[in-house]
Amino acid sequence: MKFLGRRLLHSGVILLAISFFAFLLLRSAPGDYFDAMRMNPRVSAETVENLRAQYGMNHSFLVRYADWMGSLAKGDMGISLAYGTPVGPLLWPRARNTLMLTGSAMILSWMLAVPLGVWSAAAKGGWLDRICSLFTSTLLVIPDLLVFLLLLLMAVRTGWLPSGGMTSGNFADLAVWQKAGDLALHFALPALGLAIVSLPLLLRHVRSAMVEVLDSPFIRAARGHGIPRSRILWRFALPAASNPLISLFGLSIATMLSASLIVEVILSWPGLGPLIIQAILSRDLNVVIGVVMLSSVFLIAGNLIADVLLFVSDPRIRVE
Amino acid sequence: MNRRYTFWGVVILLAAFHLVILSAGFFSPYSYSEQHRDLPYAPPSRIHFIDSQGHFHVRPFVYGWKYDAHSPGSYVADLATPYPVHVFAFGSAYKIAGLIPSRIHLFGVDPPGSIFLMGTDGYGRDQFTRFLYGGQISLAAGLIAAALSLALGLVVGSIAGFYGGWLDNALMRGGDVFMALPWLYLLFAVRAALPLHVPQGQIFLLIVAVIGLIGWARPARLIRGVVLSAKERNFVLAARGFGASDFHLLRRHILPRTYNIVLTQMTLLIPQYILAEVTLSFLGLGIGQPLPSWGSLLSALQEYYVLASYWWMYLPAILLVPVFLAYSQIANALQELFSPVAL
Repeated sequence: MKFLGRRLLHSGVILLAISFFAFLLLRSAPGDYFDAMRMNPRVSAETVENLRAQYGMNHSFLVRYADWMGSLAKGDMGISLAYGTPVGPLLWPRARNTLMLTGSAMILSWMLAVPLGVWSAAAKGGWLDRICSLFTSTLLVIPDLLVFLLLLLMAVRTGWLPSGGMTSGNFADLAVWQKAGDLALHFALPALGLAIVSLPLLLRHVRSAMVEVLDSPFIRAARGHGIPRSRILWRFALPAASNPLISLFGLSIATMLSASLIVEVILSWPGLGPLIIQAILSRDLNVVIGVVMLSSVFLIAGNLIADVLLFVSDPRIRVE
Repeated sequence: MNRRYTFWGVVILLAAFHLVILSAGFFSPYSYSEQHRDLPYAPPSRIHFIDSQGHFHVRPFVYGWKYDAHSPGSYVADLATPYPVHVFAFGSAYKIAGLIPSRIHLFGVDPPGSIFLMGTDGYGRDQFTRFLYGGQISLAAGLIAAALSLALGLVVGSIAGFYGGWLDNALMRGGDVFMALPWLYLLFAVRAALPLHVPQGQIFLLIVAVIGLIGWARPARLIRGVVLSAKERNFVLAARGFGASDFHLLRRHILPRTYNIVLTQMTLLIPQYILAEVTLSFLGLGIGQPLPSWGSLLSALQEYYVLASYWWMYLPAILLVPVFLAYSQIANALQELFSPVAL
């Protein structure tokens, strides 16, 4: 409990620091949302100034930061000028979409990485191991962008899968089970793309963790006792190797979120990725701050979960 | 022994590739902004040795493209006039290494013929030329940004490790904040703080600075670890006992022990940062028209019809694979080489 409390406190402090620095950075940015309006000869400078005053943009930095924190407490995170609504309600559905996508891709890639990694470690040097290592080293050097573009090309050319978006045009008219099917079809391509780009690193780590454990004396002893091989692998070796893998889980969230940003833009998935790019292009800086904050919340929460899992699974950490 | 030859082979190949990119003006037949308005999205030219009458030519030649009367929007080879490929042909002016003006290109064909090794884009610009010139920007962005990150990491890491105490704490907590953000989101946040429309000359520096500045935390942490263990070594303590200054200790005894890590990190960071530039430019937040970069070459693929119909537009992305492969081979070899050394 004390451990958890300390970790939570630490995460909170980091989030606070991030919010402060993000605010400082983006408030010192040249130009604002009204730049386009200033260029318009039919809008007077006075009108722009009034608008700025209306949104509290002429206050000092600290006042605005305090305002923003107040609005954060209400779940608003300031006002998006491009959409004319509070940022919070704008973010939630998109954050949900991003989370659903990265979550399912995460499950998919771990479900592939663990069995493949365990098998290739068990049959070290065998044909499966060699295929896996060839596969991982090839995939590692292919840019994510190219993987996503080729998947999109495949979808466009074959028509097997929808080539973007999250739902079909007639989504509202479908029955419940048809809606689920439609969603699943749209999920397939981006989730597959994310799983493909995150798999090689996971696979490599699962394999090396397992190889190390399989070399250890207690496994040899278990083998000497005549315990079946599959039981040794899954019941004895995998839990012993899980320690670095749990830390890797926390780290893999960061890469997954970054890759998700690209895949969302390419496959027009209505998540945080397209939102932040639109916001950057229109200088809607409150939205940028909101998305950045949210992404770091995801990452920190993921690392927190990994820490707790590690605490539960490894007695050595508990003693410390 | 064998692996050593492979390693040096990869290094030499990679160096040669960088040299070709550096002298893009010589190796490319056109200038990067030269438009062939009558040939948008022309497929790559095929190099022939045997003409339509079945005669063999020692000098290779290409055919021009003409519109296909049967399927609109596509091209067929115009077999009427072959255009021989000249070596050391005269063409548009460029500067060797940015200094010496020259008009000699490695190869080219006489107008009105044209040679497009990687096809053309929507303005009829030669993709091969743009790939080479784009490489200048993308590779330089990767190299300079990686050097910037490592320089920062080296300074911060060695100060944190050497002086310790509250300074160490403050610097490493600062690094924690940088690492608590998904990397691409961090990149975007910093990009958002900078002006969108920047003069061409500055945008490159801006992108390099953004990419380089946000990546310092991880190398700094690694270097701090090495410095931390090195400063307790007996020879360092001895030098300190003889009255060596902090600066001398760092420069002569401690920093040389971090070079392994710096070198390995460099080979890991360069491809990552090249990719960062490619991603930014692909999404329209980096290098824009008419300057080519590998990312802005790929951004044409955001149009569905380009993505689905013109396969040669993928070539810049596919050519990235061997470059990254070479970098990762070198990184692996270096890691293997340095890992048995007790630090």
